[in-house]
Amino acid sequence: MKKVYGTASEALDGLLFDGMFIAAGGFGLCGIPELLIAAIRDAGTKDLTVASNNCGVDDFGLGVLLASRQIKKMLSSYVGENAEFMRQYLSGELELEFNPQGTLAERMRAGGCGIPGFYTKTGVGTVIAEGKEVKTFDGEDYILERGIVADLSIVKAWKADETGNLIFRKTARNFNPPAAMCGRTCVAEVEEIVPTGSLDPDAIHLPGVYVHRVVQGEHEKRIEQRTTRKKEAV
Amino acid sequence: MPWDRNQMAARAAEELKDGMYVNLGIGIPTLVANYVGDKDITLQSENGMLGMGPFPYEGEEDPDLINAGKQTITELPRTAYFDSATSFGMIRGGKIAMAILGAMEVSETGDLANWMIPGKLVKGMGGAMDLVAGVGRVVVVMDHTNKHGESKVLRKCTLPLTGKGVVDRIITNLGVLDVTHKGLHIVELADGVTEAQFRSATEATLV
Repeated sequence: MKKVYGTASEALDGLLFDGMFIAAGGFGLCGIPELLIAAIRDAGTKDLTVASNNCGVDDFGLGVLLASRQIKKMLSSYVGENAEFMRQYLSGELELEFNPQGTLAERMRAGGCGIPGFYTKTGVGTVIAEGKEVKTFDGEDYILERGIVADLSIVKAWKADETGNLIFRKTARNFNPPAAMCGRTCVAEVEEIVPTGSLDPDAIHLPGVYVHRVVQGEHEKRIEQRTTRKKEAV
Repeated sequence: MPWDRNQMAARAAEELKDGMYVNLGIGIPTLVANYVGDKDITLQSENGMLGMGPFPYEGEEDPDLINAGKQTITELPRTAYFDSATSFGMIRGGKIAMAILGAMEVSETGDLANWMIPGKLVKGMGGAMDLVAGVGRVVVVMDHTNKHGESKVLRKCTLPLTGKGVVDRIITNLGVLDVTHKGLHIVELADGVTEAQFRSATEATLV
C-alpha cells in the first residue's frame, strides 16, 4: 500500500482522462489543491466537469483551468470572483450548474456514503427545484437531490501520515472532506507528510480509507480578502 | 430621520438573545457583530466555523482562517472548526437559531430574493438558500427602497427567489415589519418616520 508520491504530476499519473468528472476541495482560495490543479493544467486534460464551491480567481486556483479552456462544466454555489468565468459562461463556452452551498456539500458527502439521493428543503419554491421530485414529509415539501460520485477527488490538507490519514487546519477544511469522500479515487496534497504513528488517532479528521495518494509540497496559500483591524493605542 | 446602516445594524442586534448561535450575512448584517454588547452570542461562518472572532491585526492574517465573505478573521476560545457538510448539517437541521441577511426584495408572504438579477452578473446563491430554508428565524436587513426610490418590500418578488415564505422579520431604514399569516405588520417606525411615510414607501399590503 504505497500512497506517498514525489510530485503532484506523479500522484495523478494514470488517473486523468478527457471528459472526466473531478470533485475539488476548497472555499474561495482557502484550502484549495493548488498543486494538483497546476498538474492537471500541465497534463492538458480537457472537457472536465468540476464540482467545486467556487472556481478560483482569474490566475489562481481552478481559474487556471478556465484560462487554459480545460473545463467544460462547473457545479458551484458562487462564482462571483472570476471575470474569465463570467466571460466564458455568458458566451456559452462554459456550462454552469448552480448548487446551493449546503446542497453541494451534502451531495458530495452522500455520494461518498453510498447514498444516491436525499430530500432537502433547500431550494423549494425556487429555480433550483425545477425538474426535481418534490415529496411531502410531515406536511412540508422537500426536493430530491442526487449524491455525487466523481471519477477523481483532489483535496488539500495540512498533514497526512503515510497511510493517508488527514488533518486539516482551521477553515481550510471546508469542502475538502466531502470532496475527498465522493471520489472513486482521491489524491490529497499536504503541507507535511509525517511518519505513520505520529498523528494522534483521535485527532484524524479524514481517515485514510478515503485517500489513495498523497503528495507533499510548498503552497502559496493566497489570501483573497485581506481584512485587518488597527491595534488600539496603548 | 431614517436609520443609517449602523443604526439598522444596531436595531438588528436587538433581535439577538443570550446563548444564540447566529449566522450573519454579507453587508449591513456583518455590522451587527459590532452591536452584540454583553450578550453571549456565537457567530457561525458557514465555511466551517463556530465562534468567529474579529478581523486580525495587521501582520497576523492567516490564509487558513477566513469567513464566508473570504475575509481574514480570528478565532476565539470557544471556536470550533468543521467541514462544509457538517456546517450545512447544522444549518439545515435547525441548530442555528437565526440568520440575519441582506436582500434585494422581500414579499408580503415572506418570499426572499437576494441572489440573482437575470441579465446582469450572476454570482450564485452561495449558502443563502440553505440558510433561509434551515435556520430557526430569518431576519432581513435592507434599505426600504432601491436607488430609484422603488419599494423593495413588495406584494410579490420580481427577481428569482432565494426562498419561499422564509422571512420572519424585515428591518429597513424606515422601521421594522413582521411577516404574519395575515400579511405585513408594522412593528416599529424609525425615529421621525411617520406611518404615512412608511406606507407610501411600501408597495406591499400592510395590515
